[in-house]
Amino acid sequence: MKNLAYILIGTFLGIVLYKSEAASWFRIYEMFRFDSFHMYGIIGSALAVGIVLVFWIKKSKVKSFSGEPISITDKEKSFTRYIVGGTLFGLGWALAGACPGPIYILVGAGHWPIIIVLIGAILGAFTYGVLRNKLPH
Amino acid sequence: MLYQPWPWYISGPLIALIMALLILMGKRFGMSSNLETFCSIGGAGKFSDYFKIDIKSKRWNLLVVLGSIIGGFLGAHWLSPNPAVDISPKTIIKLQELGFDSAGKTYLPTELFSLESLSDPKVWVILLIAGFLVGFGTRYAGGCTSGHAISGLSNLQRPSLIAVVGFFIGGLIMVHLLFPLIFGS
Repeated sequence: MKNLAYILIGTFLGIVLYKSEAASWFRIYEMFRFDSFHMYGIIGSALAVGIVLVFWIKKSKVKSFSGEPISITDKEKSFTRYIVGGTLFGLGWALAGACPGPIYILVGAGHWPIIIVLIGAILGAFTYGVLRNKLPH
Repeated sequence: MLYQPWPWYISGPLIALIMALLILMGKRFGMSSNLETFCSIGGAGKFSDYFKIDIKSKRWNLLVVLGSIIGGFLGAHWLSPNPAVDISPKTIIKLQELGFDSAGKTYLPTELFSLESLSDPKVWVILLIAGFLVGFGTRYAGGCTSGHAISGLSNLQRPSLIAVVGFFIGGLIMVHLLFPLIFGS
């Protein structure tokens, strides 16, 4: 039952990101050229609603569906890893025109060359895991 | 309506809803940690303790990935009779200058994402490097668009703000400084 729920949430996410064109390389390029409000509208309205929902979840101390208390942990404090990692991610995001969610979605949509991007992304994650102790965080 | 591109003011709130649903299920919205799980499944634990994780505890997120693949299939094949992305005319002109004649006509540029484009080794190199930067960068930064820009910023996390600033520094450098070098003739 729960497994099905995760699959359905993913399916819904896939449809939303595909239909909103957030999974389109062209929209990412357009965003970084500031030629359209579209992507800023998506991220901005997601954030506006997201901030309210997270605030409500924390404030109301609502329990999870399975009855456990919900604690949203803070991100670990640092500067270097976020700015350096973020910049490298941004370079890839703009070139591939896809972040990890859309990569899977585009596999489903049948744009087969995206599988090369996926393989690159797995290799990148692997390389990070191997080098992480040598990197400044 | 369903078959047209969905407007931002529908799509954005729906993404926030997905994030909230996952929180209420006791999980967190983040797509890039799956890349690590794939490494662990592939035996990367032999190379670094970082990948020695309990794969079972990550199974739910792999199911979200499976779902998103299904969603991509449905979105593309059932819900989008016209896949062309209506980007701004300014963007189209700029892309044509860079050699992307498919701008405004397709969902992804055929110059990079068609089977014919794969006959050019340069395209393989571009896609592989792009993916590598995505995978390396997101794990270094501890999250991607879903984990930082949506989940982290919704929780008003300063680290996520720093990461998102990084996303934009990288994206702007790529599009404005590197694209003319990579794609310009």
